Amino acid sequence: MTHLCSLSTVPAGRCCVIARIDADADLTARMRALGLQLGRRVHVMRRSPFKGPIQVRSGQTDIIIRRSDAGLIQVRPCDPGGDTAVFKESECA
Amino acid sequence: MSKRIALVGMPNTGKSTLFNRLTGAGARVGNWPGLTVELLSAKLLLGDSMVELVDLPGLHNLHGFSEDERVARHFIETQPVNGLLVLLNATQLERQLALVLQLKALGLPMLLALNMADEAASRGIRIQIETLSEQLGLPICLVSAKHGQGVPELRQALTTWLRDNPNPVTAQARVLREDDDIEHNVDSLLARTVHVPPVLSASRTDRLDRILLHPWLGLPLFLLIMLLVFQIVYGLGTPLQDGLGWLLDELKTGWIAPAISGLPAWAISFLLEGLYDGIGTVMTFLPIIVVFFMAMAVVEDSGYLARAAFLMDALMSRMGLDGRAFVLQLMGFGCNVPAMMGARVIRSRAQRILTMMTIPFSLCSARLQVFLFFTTAVFSPLAAPWVLFSLYVISFAITFLTAWIWRGRARHNIDPLLMELPPYRLPTLSVLARQSLRESGHFLRQAGGFIILGVALVWFLTHFPLDAAPASPATLAGRLAGWMAPIFSPLGIDQLLSIALLFGFVAKEVVIGALAVIYGAGGDELSGILNQRLDWVQAYSFMLFTLVYTPCLSTLATLRRETGGSRYMWASLVWSLGVAWMISFVFYQTARALQ
Repeated sequence: MTHLCSLSTVPAGRCCVIARIDADADLTARMRALGLQLGRRVHVMRRSPFKGPIQVRSGQTDIIIRRSDAGLIQVRPCDPGGDTAVFKESECA
Repeated sequence: MSKRIALVGMPNTGKSTLFNRLTGAGARVGNWPGLTVELLSAKLLLGDSMVELVDLPGLHNLHGFSEDERVARHFIETQPVNGLLVLLNATQLERQLALVLQLKALGLPMLLALNMADEAASRGIRIQIETLSEQLGLPICLVSAKHGQGVPELRQALTTWLRDNPNPVTAQARVLREDDDIEHNVDSLLARTVHVPPVLSASRTDRLDRILLHPWLGLPLFLLIMLLVFQIVYGLGTPLQDGLGWLLDELKTGWIAPAISGLPAWAISFLLEGLYDGIGTVMTFLPIIVVFFMAMAVVEDSGYLARAAFLMDALMSRMGLDGRAFVLQLMGFGCNVPAMMGARVIRSRAQRILTMMTIPFSLCSARLQVFLFFTTAVFSPLAAPWVLFSLYVISFAITFLTAWIWRGRARHNIDPLLMELPPYRLPTLSVLARQSLRESGHFLRQAGGFIILGVALVWFLTHFPLDAAPASPATLAGRLAGWMAPIFSPLGIDQLLSIALLFGFVAKEVVIGALAVIYGAGGDELSGILNQRLDWVQAYSFMLFTLVYTPCLSTLATLRRETGGSRYMWASLVWSLGVAWMISFVFYQTARALQ
């Protein structure tokens, strides 16, 4: 059983795969257009201070997304080990 | 029938730059998603036929919900074209190809141009052009819109392509709900034709970002960069402004005044002290506008503004604004007008309007002139800088207060902050020059009508009836000041100063000139008079009122144009007058009570 994390809680430097998007149609379309869509592998590049936006990289594209909007995206870790890789409970604050 | 090609592409692919390359027209170039709002078109000669090239707003996909995307989609669905010229960013093919497949389903002839192929190659991305072209069934050209490589070949390809598609056709406007298929096609197509190195070597953008987006160095560096922009604007713009002012003055005394000396006195006064001085004062701000736009274009095209929004968003979102609004607030330090036009980048209408309502409180260079004059006249050299600093602090405080009070309207429609962080780019000189020329032309045309009218009105108020001394109690303005006295005396602002405030409504830079006319003295002499007549409480109350009381006519005109109606213009006017009066009243009465 895979434990999902919200993208807004993933620490910088980690790689994850988008598993679910809970945004409305408009936002989902905008996310998709920037490369945030189901199954895509994204890297969390950095998180701005004071709970500001986070920067993620999808393919060659860098995107900034407000933390509340990133909270709508559920991810699982991309681990070379394969399907068994899950986030530990403690990593999803 | 005339031929027409639509230029289509995602934001930030260099579409406007390519448009300029092909047509030589001065289209706006922005490195900020979705900046091109008006549809630009220009004629170009391809082979033996004149072709209209239309630059459509950037779109991410045909199902987009943004205003830009709707505009582009509407155009494609309704206007017959000979074909679509689709510009793609070669470094981001993996997400841009989906758009190509969506467009292909429209059944229109298409030609692909891959931009920034050189950048892709330097990042180790290899693209099999022949295979890609074969698989898509579309001709492909490689170009560098910025440097112009491949553009002659593109023109040639367009010419042959047009010969094959001589008749305009309308798109098969059926609703596309085949996205999942398209995604699948993209993935298999990418796997066959594009080789992306698994881990990109740390490019220069990454290295720069590590410093500029540093968790605690980022914000100070950001402020330093903005400070540098203003230093450049004033360092270059102010001497040019002084020079132009001097030139206009010479022209007036040496050429225009003698030429119209035969006219009646009132006509001379109207032409010289009314129209010429009024319009001339605004004209002298043109050099600052040009330099300001060039400096902002460097910041904008470099891709840094998106980073500034990233840094500031956390603080701004607590006020109902967002990171982009803060950037615009800083742009407003130069002049509120371009800052207000910059608010176009905000998609949500409610939030865009909230941002535009706060911009007039940004302490612009015209108000700075008034404050510099007053602080040096009334305050000691030791206190003056702190007085000035306090006005900047109050400017920000009122911005935040306004946003906080009015945010209710924007709260229901919060724009998600989701934007691309483009790689850093160096703008080219010709693009900068064209952009700033285009913007200043825009400024002059927009300002022109409004300001001529305002200046004429102010002259009339201070000179009618004609036998009274200018701005004396017998004139219309004097009587108006008399009526306004109950409003202004609780603020410690006397009647003569309130007439100057009337002038400031046209443009804040006229206030000092108006005072000179009213008191019949200029420069140091005027400083002396102000020092004698005003104590520091009155002077500070006047400055507080000047800071807040009303956006100038150009700013109001811009607000009206950008919101598409007068409603918000009046709201801004009433709100700022009300706040200005309250603040001056509280300050003046408190200070007097404490004395």
